[in-house]
Amino acid sequence: MSTNLLTLLPELILTLTAVLVMLLEPLLAAGASRKPLGWLAILGSSGSGVAALYQLRVVHALGTLTGFYGTIQVDAFSIFFHLLIASVVVTTLLASLDYFPPDQVSHAGEYFALVLFGATGMMFMTSSVELLMVFIGLEISSISTYILAGFRKGRATASESAIKYFLLGSFATAFLLYGIALCFGATGSTAIAAIGAGMAVTKTPLFGWLAVGMVLIGLGFKVSAAPFHVWTPDVYQGAPAPVVGLMSTAPKAAAFAVLLRFLFEAAPTDRHHWAPLIAIMAVASMTIGNLGALLQSDAKRLLAYSSIAHAGYLLVAFTAPEPLAVSTACFYTAAYAAMNVGAFVVLTQLSGFSEQLRTIDDLTGLALRRPALSAFLAFFLLSLIGIPFTGGFFGKFYVFSAAVHSGYTWLAIVGLANSGLACFYYLRLLTALYARPTADTVRDLPMPRGISVPAGLALIATAAATLLLGILPNRILSLAQRAAPATVAQCIMDR
Amino acid sequence: MTTVPIAYYLVLAAILFCIGIAAFLIKRNVITIFMSIELMLNAVNLTFVAFAHLWRQISGQIFVFFVMVVAAAEAAVGLAIIIALFRARQTLNVDEVDLLRN
Repeated sequence: MSTNLLTLLPELILTLTAVLVMLLEPLLAAGASRKPLGWLAILGSSGSGVAALYQLRVVHALGTLTGFYGTIQVDAFSIFFHLLIASVVVTTLLASLDYFPPDQVSHAGEYFALVLFGATGMMFMTSSVELLMVFIGLEISSISTYILAGFRKGRATASESAIKYFLLGSFATAFLLYGIALCFGATGSTAIAAIGAGMAVTKTPLFGWLAVGMVLIGLGFKVSAAPFHVWTPDVYQGAPAPVVGLMSTAPKAAAFAVLLRFLFEAAPTDRHHWAPLIAIMAVASMTIGNLGALLQSDAKRLLAYSSIAHAGYLLVAFTAPEPLAVSTACFYTAAYAAMNVGAFVVLTQLSGFSEQLRTIDDLTGLALRRPALSAFLAFFLLSLIGIPFTGGFFGKFYVFSAAVHSGYTWLAIVGLANSGLACFYYLRLLTALYARPTADTVRDLPMPRGISVPAGLALIATAAATLLLGILPNRILSLAQRAAPATVAQCIMDR
Repeated sequence: MTTVPIAYYLVLAAILFCIGIAAFLIKRNVITIFMSIELMLNAVNLTFVAFAHLWRQISGQIFVFFVMVVAAAEAAVGLAIIIALFRARQTLNVDEVDLLRN
């Protein structure tokens, strides 16, 4: 196989499966179940995960692979994110198999195809080292998720969620593009390595600073970091639950990967400019996210604010020097993906497509009716709090100790205070699950659904991942450390 | 023949970009908001072309083609979402699209 094709193997498998799903969709009868297409999509995304593992073997043997005239680079870093995205997609698809009632949704095949297309874009973002390719990957991922956000067509909240996501997403893309244009203006190139070299010697450093600021705004929107987070609660509330699980983790992981590559490899010379900005964004995201979540009564909205806060914790990692920042950020994205996708699998499973069980009141006393589901949800909430023996604990631990190592002790203290604040709303949801339902909370709510086999698989996988990250964090951390380029920025390590 | 300095194009693009941001924030009609995003993208395109001329690099111009293609794809999806919104709510005013709240 040519090296070029090998560098894009996971993306190719995803694209071909998605095209196949799209072609098969109209061949199925109108009212027929789309589950076979879902299984095909799961097969394709697992295949792309296996392809990423194969790439890992090749990279071990031969070193970093580059293809397509140096625009695609496959190293441990991009493979880490490929595996993460593939796992999130497989879990989401497993949870969505029983989400669509065939009598109400006749086009669920499009959903499976769009998830795969979106994943292609996300993977593409993490393996591109040319900003043109990053932009295209970002758009493939964004356009797919815009449609997915409004997939419960005909419901007013669905189209509202989609339009808000679309308008603010495109607005952010324009900022990112302007940033790329200014990078090109400062250095005469759009390749990340060439920009990094050019920024050090540019005659117009103003363009460089503006470029970094613009890229920070653009990607800040995509990862929903404050003050660019306003779209998040509305979009998450209106979008289908399995889609929220996907889009709060996989595209964010990809955007964080781009941010890591851009800041540490294209703009290392401007570090003293962007590190304080990142610290401010981190503090704002943590505080606004946690304070906002305290006031929420809708479970999806609460988790949306929680995801803003977690974006803040993740940004704390960026204040560390490169190898440390990359390894802790990688670990945190993995831990957050496992627990957050898990929480949304539970929400998906509870009331399915109708999503009638939405608020904390609706979930009161869930443990009496569905003990297994609420036990899973409780476990994921504990991990989101950061209780020891869960992935969330070590994620926060590594991030805050990285901040202390690099002289941002105050940032770690703010983060710890915020983690304490976050306990309140997670515990409010948690205690509601195990509280005795009052007469008016049971009113005429539908019985929550039990766990179907595919959703059970998804729950066990996410719970196992959360637990493993909590009791064997070193295994994942060593993989994440391999993702960090060891050669660059060692000089900053002397602190 | 004297040529127009690059800085003029860059300043024009920056002004267009700012008008786009202002319109995005001020306008209340979804279609107009969408048009202001297109204005921002075109300002970026102008910047790219100006810098491509400055650096004598064709890659800046190629970037513009990709931006145009992606903007077209985005327009197709965006207009479809706007139609879905109009069917569900009978309005294009963003202030009236406010069902999602706590």
